[in-house]
Amino acid sequence: MTDPTGRGILPTTAPTGRPEHPATSPTRHPQHPTAPPVNSPISGGSQKLPPTRPVTSPVSAGPSGRSARRWLPGSAGPVLWALPPVVLLCLFFLYPLALVLRQSVSPDTGGTSLRPYADVFASAAFREALGTTVWLALAATAGCLLLGFALALVIAFVPFPGARAVARFVDVFLSFPSFLVTLALLFVYGRVGIANGLWTGLTGAAEGPFRFLTTPWGVLLAEITYFTPFVMRPLLAAFSQLDTAQLEAASSLGARAPRIVRRVILPEALPALASGGSLVLVLCLNEFGIVLFTGAKGVTTLPMLVYSKAILESDYPGACVVAVVNVLISVGLYALYRMVSRRAGA
Amino acid sequence: MGIRFDSVTVAYDGDVVLDALDLTVAPGEVMALLGPSGSGKTTALRAVAGFVRPLSGRVLLGGRDVTDLPPYRRGIGMVVQQYALFPHLRVEENVAFGLRARGTPRAGIRARVAEALEMTGMAAYARRRPRDLSGGQQQRVAIARALAVRPGVLLLDEPLSALDTRLRSGMLAELARLHRELPDVSMLYVTHDQIEALTLADRIAVMDRARLRACGTPAELYRRPADAFTASFVGNANLLPVTAGTGTAVFAGTELTVATGGVAPGARATLCVRPHLVGLGDGPNRLPGTVTAIQWRGATHRLLVDVGGHELTVDVPESTAVPADGAEITVHFATEDVVLLPAGVSHD
Repeated sequence: MTDPTGRGILPTTAPTGRPEHPATSPTRHPQHPTAPPVNSPISGGSQKLPPTRPVTSPVSAGPSGRSARRWLPGSAGPVLWALPPVVLLCLFFLYPLALVLRQSVSPDTGGTSLRPYADVFASAAFREALGTTVWLALAATAGCLLLGFALALVIAFVPFPGARAVARFVDVFLSFPSFLVTLALLFVYGRVGIANGLWTGLTGAAEGPFRFLTTPWGVLLAEITYFTPFVMRPLLAAFSQLDTAQLEAASSLGARAPRIVRRVILPEALPALASGGSLVLVLCLNEFGIVLFTGAKGVTTLPMLVYSKAILESDYPGACVVAVVNVLISVGLYALYRMVSRRAGA
Repeated sequence: MGIRFDSVTVAYDGDVVLDALDLTVAPGEVMALLGPSGSGKTTALRAVAGFVRPLSGRVLLGGRDVTDLPPYRRGIGMVVQQYALFPHLRVEENVAFGLRARGTPRAGIRARVAEALEMTGMAAYARRRPRDLSGGQQQRVAIARALAVRPGVLLLDEPLSALDTRLRSGMLAELARLHRELPDVSMLYVTHDQIEALTLADRIAVMDRARLRACGTPAELYRRPADAFTASFVGNANLLPVTAGTGTAVFAGTELTVATGGVAPGARATLCVRPHLVGLGDGPNRLPGTVTAIQWRGATHRLLVDVGGHELTVDVPESTAVPADGAEITVHFATEDVVLLPAGVSHD
């Protein structure tokens, strides 16, 4: 049985059994960039996959594009290319920031001390502004998430004529300035707005009942109105990536709409909710135009405090202290968001 | 649970994609809906699932009219080509999804999930996530998920099309085994692959351009196809235009001996013969031809032969001495291997 000629033939019968490679169609799970096509060990098998789908989905392009560092052909050293952006960044961003930082430790009495910080932290106005800023931002973010999720659900999954147009409008809305929304709300609910005008016209009363616009609730309403599209945009993108076959499978398994939303759509939307929500949170913390335009006297947020200290009171060190606090909160939240999103695998 | 299509018509924007389908699937039967893309087979399946609403006609499941029921109240299991597993849920949670949705008690869920995973050979993967599984494993999970709710009807929409060839034949055997283990579950199996249909189905419904062309057992459709489309789609039969005689048919001036069946003498007809039933050399029914192409297919050689301006496909065993490309040859076929189909013939 050890016939050498027989053994010689054996190796020529090529092994037909290629181990079944895992299904690694890159567009299927854009939320899981754990297996980038470039450096995964199974890339040898997967390169035989027919190019059935374009690999460039907008969502998956981000993480995989980042992992694959490429240089322009014929480019000079990386250091040279890094120079212009770094210089510009320092000149127009870091330097002014450093000035603000230095001003915040330069009290009017001269010298360098943390005195301005002590003064500002001790003032009731600052603590109140901090509280107002945080709760307004949190409440507005929660409102945006709820409203944005609900609206995006309807636009993406309830077929109605004009759904596309509405989705386009969301894009356009993002380019509007924030005070525009506030101005529009003033026209409707302001002291001499349409709603109050109708009321006084109908009842003959001297004043209408709608006075909430100058309260924190007015600011909240304006912020939710303005920032909701910022949540909807990433949500709509995420929903468009969702395989409708999953929804149909869930439905055929006996799940009704609420369960499908909760157990199929929501988990897929979490990364989008996190990114949209954190964006809105940071934007709300720093929002100035809306608070200014509602004319809510009692509502002093940190940006408003910076404004009043710097412009009205000429207390530059104090203004800079508040600004630094504002920046720290924003950066801290951003870091938190990065950490959370990385853990979520997004 | 049986399925009945009662004159089901489906249209999208006035475009009829399923035209008055009448079809009955007996309880426990595997019915393959076979046809090219755009033939309406998937639409028919989606009408049973409840994802498309018929313009007219009724869909009955187990004698119950479900035409107006939403998908979640139809009690069906469905498996699709791209698996459609829930990516954030573990395998066992995927399988439990339907049971939870139906409010099955917790203790019952555990047992049923284990049972379904056992049945599909995926018990060892219960804690994995779909993305960690191969395509074949994902499809098994999808089947387990559909079976866990113990549906009376299992709908399979091109379930093997995303798998590679080797895996496909293995899964085909698995499905056949599942069918034996679940004798009460009717299966509606949509495919464009005649091998899948011939292997798995008790009966095949051949569909083309929104219509049902033929329905019968695989053997019936293969041996005595009802029309030219069925003959060519199931088994790639050669089709030659002929004029019928009495016990004969004339093709390009050559008289061939065939059983004319119901075709009247003098009528135009289509002669249908399978590629592997055509022989080389002399025989009872001879036709001269020219070899235009030779394809080696492992166990067989496939010759494309130009016969009187028509292309004839001939499959001969690998051991046969194969004529050269361009050679003038004679082909023949036995009288009993030929089916004469009435006119109205050509698919086009």
